[in-house]
Amino acid sequence: MPRVDVNAFIGEYPFRSVPHPDPDALVRVMDREEIAQAWVASLPAVWHRDPTHANDALIARLAPHASRLRAVPTIRPDWPQWRDALGRCADHNVPAIRAYPVHWGLGADDERLTQLAAECAGQGMALLLTVRFEDLRQRHALDVAGDLPAASVRELARADTGARIIVTAASRDMIEEVHWGLTPNERAKVWWDISWLWGPPEDHLAHLLRTIGSERFVFGTGWPLRLAQTPRANLALLPDELHALQLSDPSTWT
Amino acid sequence: MGLAGAGPLIDVHAHFYYDGCARADWQPLNAARLRAGRAIGITCHVGSILGSWGRNSPIYFQSPADTIVGNDAMLALQRAHGSLIRSYVAVNPNDMTLALGEIERCVALGAVGIKLAAARRADDPHVDPIAAYAATHGLPILHHIWQHRRRYWPGQDASDGAELCRLAVRHPGVNVILAHIGGGGDYSHTFAAVRDTPNVYLDLAGSGVDRGMLDDALATVGPRRLLWGADLTLCTGLAKLWALETIGLSADDLADIRWRNAARIFPQGAFESAGESASAPASRQGRSSARTVA
Repeated sequence: MPRVDVNAFIGEYPFRSVPHPDPDALVRVMDREEIAQAWVASLPAVWHRDPTHANDALIARLAPHASRLRAVPTIRPDWPQWRDALGRCADHNVPAIRAYPVHWGLGADDERLTQLAAECAGQGMALLLTVRFEDLRQRHALDVAGDLPAASVRELARADTGARIIVTAASRDMIEEVHWGLTPNERAKVWWDISWLWGPPEDHLAHLLRTIGSERFVFGTGWPLRLAQTPRANLALLPDELHALQLSDPSTWT
Repeated sequence: MGLAGAGPLIDVHAHFYYDGCARADWQPLNAARLRAGRAIGITCHVGSILGSWGRNSPIYFQSPADTIVGNDAMLALQRAHGSLIRSYVAVNPNDMTLALGEIERCVALGAVGIKLAAARRADDPHVDPIAAYAATHGLPILHHIWQHRRRYWPGQDASDGAELCRLAVRHPGVNVILAHIGGGGDYSHTFAAVRDTPNVYLDLAGSGVDRGMLDDALATVGPRRLLWGADLTLCTGLAKLWALETIGLSADDLADIRWRNAARIFPQGAFESAGESASAPASRQGRSSARTVA
């Protein structure tokens, strides 16, 4: 099955140097890691008040690699004309959009997030949320947004918007808190990337594959912030009885 | 051949558990480490047990009774697994008389290094007798580190790279292993702090896999002062080995990081399976010409 990385970025990170975070380097890494396609967001867009220019730059920079790199623009639903911005994304056939509620000060019960999810569902786009970019213990003194709370994901899933929700960089405790806090129908709309899950000896990934099921997980790297080799290593170290399991393939979602 | 390729591979930062510690799942945890180690190709796990892992006394402030029980359990694993497992003796410097006696007892039973965690800051003169003992007996010290500790953290009196270097400078004859550069905190602060202290080695362990971290470590201290380790996440340990293979290191540099540096700084004979004939003075430094991780 072709591997799709749902959690990739290009662009500079404000709090530390990241080696060559550009599309050409990403494609080389994908070749090495045998990743067929990546869903790529703009890293600077996270910290821009208005992500419009970052989105335009993202789409332009990925265009030469359109067969491998699919743009995932950032849409903030508390910004004027956000529905127009989302419509322009649809014109570019993007598979998903990203939102950063903690960075924008949007609480778990903020209706604008629900509206964004509903619009995404209407456009056939997934809604991608990010729990963290860096370990809490190393963050810059000005990087005060905090991790995405589990409640934000639960509330979105419970809103029954029909949107596919992908959560990246979550650890075991958050995944379990959300998953077992939802009904089966609600769980069926939430996917998790494996970029921040621990392998052996704690075996968090193996535990979650056994208890929650591989169909709820997608492949993600966190590149260029994190080593792209990590999720591949985690899969390679699964216990033998889990090696045949397949993660969900988002490229087949319609 | 293991997932990390052929050749010796020493994990200088492993942990194990035992019946009676705080982890009821101690058996699966130990089994998972050994299973993953076989898959990766680890030829020796150098492990420690921190008391009762919090069951009877805090992990980082272990009681004398827990210290002894934990070290006994670690040595029992070493006896059971032959050359595959080696032991640190873990001690709490606040009980200095017991600590020194425990080090002597456990080294006589086969321990190959000393583990200090976070019961006392590394630069506290109170730690000096342990460092002096390590110098006299040629034992490395693996010291738990919070990379750039900017405040007090609950549950531990953690040290950072600058604090560890003050200990290392006072005891230049001791090889000090700075624990898990990927284990939390700002490793870039650590790199700057340790650059000019040649008896401080960096272990690569920890769940952190930031791109650029390995490159910067190599650029700062060179491959002769890096030691491979995994700590609590063997998956990130494997990823780092794969990353090291992509950045243009020579076979010699890679072997240094995988096992030869460890063979140099641990007591002679510590790693029967790891080709100790390559042992060389531990104080030599190198500078890496590695390219950036992609």
